[in-house]
Amino acid sequence: MEPAVTSGARIGDRPRPKKNYLNDGKTFKSWALTVDHKRIGIMYLVGTMIAFLLGGIFALLVRLTLLTPQHTMFGMQITAETYNRFFTLHGAIMVFLFIIPSIPGSLTNFVLPLMLGAKDVAFPRLNLASFYLWIVGAVMAVASMIIGAVDTGWTFYTPYSSSGTSSTVTLMTAAVFVLGFSSIFTGLNFVATVHKLRAPGMGWFDMPLFVWGMYSTAVIQVLATPVLGITLVLLMMERVFQIGIFDSRIGGDPVLFQHFFWFYSHPAVYIMILPGLAIISEIIPTFSRKTIFGYRAIAYSSVSLALLSFIVWGHHMFVAGQSQLATVIFSALTFLVAIPSGVKVFNWLTTMYKGNISLEAPMLYAISFLMLFAIGGLTGIFLGTLSTDIHLTDTYFVVAHFHYVMMGSTVTAFIGGLHYWWPKMTGRMYSEKWARIASVLWFIGFNATFLPQFILGSRGMPRRYYNYLDQFQPLHAFSTVGSWIIGLSLFMTAAVLLASLRKPMDAADNPWNGTTLEWKAASPPITHNFEDTPVLENEPYDYRPKAVTH
Amino acid sequence: MSTETHTEAHHGGPKVYTANLFALLFLTIITVAAASFNFGSANVVIALAIASVKAILVGLFFMHLLWDKPVNAIILVAAFLFLGIFLMFDFIDVGSRVVFAPRNTAPMDNATPVPDSMNPLKAAPPRPLDPAPATEEHKAAEEHK
Amino acid sequence: MSTTTTDVHAHGGHDEHGEHNPYHQHHFATMEQQFDTSKIGMWLFLATEILLFGGLFVGFGLMQHKYPREFIEAHEHLKQMVFGSPFPLYGAINTVVLLVSSWTMVMGVNAAQTNQQKKTVRFLVMTILLACVFLAIKYVEYEHKFHDGLLPAKYYAHQSEDLIKGTHGYATFFAFYFMMTGLHGIHVLVGIGLLGWLVMRARRGAFSSAYYTPVDLVGLYWHIVDMIWIYLFPLYYLIS
Repeated sequence: MEPAVTSGARIGDRPRPKKNYLNDGKTFKSWALTVDHKRIGIMYLVGTMIAFLLGGIFALLVRLTLLTPQHTMFGMQITAETYNRFFTLHGAIMVFLFIIPSIPGSLTNFVLPLMLGAKDVAFPRLNLASFYLWIVGAVMAVASMIIGAVDTGWTFYTPYSSSGTSSTVTLMTAAVFVLGFSSIFTGLNFVATVHKLRAPGMGWFDMPLFVWGMYSTAVIQVLATPVLGITLVLLMMERVFQIGIFDSRIGGDPVLFQHFFWFYSHPAVYIMILPGLAIISEIIPTFSRKTIFGYRAIAYSSVSLALLSFIVWGHHMFVAGQSQLATVIFSALTFLVAIPSGVKVFNWLTTMYKGNISLEAPMLYAISFLMLFAIGGLTGIFLGTLSTDIHLTDTYFVVAHFHYVMMGSTVTAFIGGLHYWWPKMTGRMYSEKWARIASVLWFIGFNATFLPQFILGSRGMPRRYYNYLDQFQPLHAFSTVGSWIIGLSLFMTAAVLLASLRKPMDAADNPWNGTTLEWKAASPPITHNFEDTPVLENEPYDYRPKAVTH
Repeated sequence: MSTETHTEAHHGGPKVYTANLFALLFLTIITVAAASFNFGSANVVIALAIASVKAILVGLFFMHLLWDKPVNAIILVAAFLFLGIFLMFDFIDVGSRVVFAPRNTAPMDNATPVPDSMNPLKAAPPRPLDPAPATEEHKAAEEHK
Repeated sequence: MSTTTTDVHAHGGHDEHGEHNPYHQHHFATMEQQFDTSKIGMWLFLATEILLFGGLFVGFGLMQHKYPREFIEAHEHLKQMVFGSPFPLYGAINTVVLLVSSWTMVMGVNAAQTNQQKKTVRFLVMTILLACVFLAIKYVEYEHKFHDGLLPAKYYAHQSEDLIKGTHGYATFFAFYFMMTGLHGIHVLVGIGLLGWLVMRARRGAFSSAYYTPVDLVGLYWHIVDMIWIYLFPLYYLIS
């Protein structure tokens, strides 16, 4: 491969274009009816951040209730029904309104076409429709909270959800159905975009690894989400018409609901983690100034994670009444999933080895990710092993495991990615000092909250309980204080990022010296992304010393 | 004009489509006829097999998959494949469930005494479940008595 | 793998005659790229339809496994007496109707591809008529069921000697029957709407060999609707 030739640092070379995607049309209508993927990405960002705040408030309420063993908060008694609503709404909002839509809707929408050298996604109007479906689903979900908040757990297990509770299950499931279609259309758009809108000369193995990760995510979104759709329809039918599929009193099988539910929801957790993994694959080579180690291995691992995610769902049902044969098969298959995850972690570490590492905020989040994802992934193996799962299932061990992967990994990567692409999206640099402090606080707060929960779970503390034995109080109290530190760190991060918007646009086109195509666009980009279709000049993540010509 | 249209017009065409229709109608007759024989548990398999042949004919010829780029066919096959995975594992579960009955309910000789309230053989019967929602079936059965 | 091709002009949508195709969306380099992408998009959507309906098929299959006797007996109610013996008449007719409508649909696409505007309209209209016949037969079927009290779920009220007391298999069977044929029927209705829209546009000369994408895509949708019925028919009407 001949050494790539570029024209050297372009930071000062090109004047900032006067019109960019932000000021090109300033009316409400130009935003409300936009088909620009970048504007849609910003709208998704604002929406999902509001959802994150709402879900976070419910999380704080859960942790406050658990500060004392007797389900009191500020002296008031919290009833069991109220507590059920707290954790259900926390889970449902976080899963359906935040984690699943956030990275694909906001960061990917913004960055993916730029990385491919495209002008937009394949179906820009469908992109806008996805966003409005998210809005409709969000409004329906909030309405259901106000009318009669759901108390079934975010998993809606039957028969409680079909014939036991009088809360607004039907409205909430309808909301999730709508949100499901938002997710399907986003995934559909990205699959088509990656197949057909790459810049000339960009083959599949010239694409950034972020694109591989998002492509894998999109495949899951398209294939798995419809089954959630039909599950929710069947649940609503059971609830309203008693069709007799999930409620054993009228001839149904509650375990069947769990099969239907988890066939989507297990791949769904890979919809949540793959974008996070994708972001880390971008941050690490950039801040190690080194070519990524094992590009193809990482690309293939993304796709294999997506495919393997479809054949392990029964590991959520080991003690639910599933047959022993099925249980054993699912457990064995679950171990396979660790392999591609491990491949990624080792490849990233090898990338960093002897790299020229700089510790800006995105890199701090990426390094946190490596540690938290390792813990989250390994504890998943404990849960996938039958003999240990018998004791750990439905305890706080499970709660800690999934928070380590969903929050310690995905949200960490999301915040890191937000900082990484912030100059591209807004044209401003945030305050590096305060961002670093916030990232350290995040790491401390997160571990303080969730590490004790592994111990609580292994000692027998069940999940979804609003009271507990006195001996668990010290760890619970520690965890609650940790949740306050998380809150503080997120507040600080929000302040850091929002404060940067008050500065004039001063960011360079390529502040981190990244090698992928989005850094060739202006910061912030013009509406059509590139003046001329970009030409692919180098291999992805090519940090070899370049011949500089003037 | 895009080159696509020229190739598309050369593929397919009324003759191919009409032949395909007759093949599909023929298979419909076969499947209805086959249903009048009882092959036992193979009934479903035969019916689904014939249906699958029909589906493949529709896909290859009417939907142009035979002449399209492979990505379209891969998408269709993937959908069926994952549906098949869902079906397969569910049947593995449902088909291999075993109902366990307790085998030994006699008390052990030197066991720690169990308080009556915790002894399932001596405790008060559990509060009865709320009655199942009355279906029309039950109401009709009641009226018949 | 990297090349230094000259940049592809945004005006790649020009056809041979140098005119700009009015349907060319500018984030695509060429009309061919746009057409291929639209097709991929449609296939992805159809994949979601297969998984959506597929979920219902799986549920039906598992419930049949749970209540084999009731389900098989309930199947008999879907047959009509023809020359003195039970035969799935309505189901078979509907199958033929949909297969022929698939043929008229693909003939319509072919006509659009080959610049035969009048034929395009004719075939699309035929497809709509066949779809209406399908729905009419479904209506007749449903009417008979309601009359016999073979209603879904909690409304099930059929009186008959073959009723197996104490089980819920019948109510569940008819719940699935109405859900699946109902959802399929809704898709047929939506298809009629889409076909009507195509007829309106075709009559105004919108489709030609330079641009027939909507006809092609609606055709794909219609064939999936047919494909779902191809599986539905034997499972509901032919198993005994």
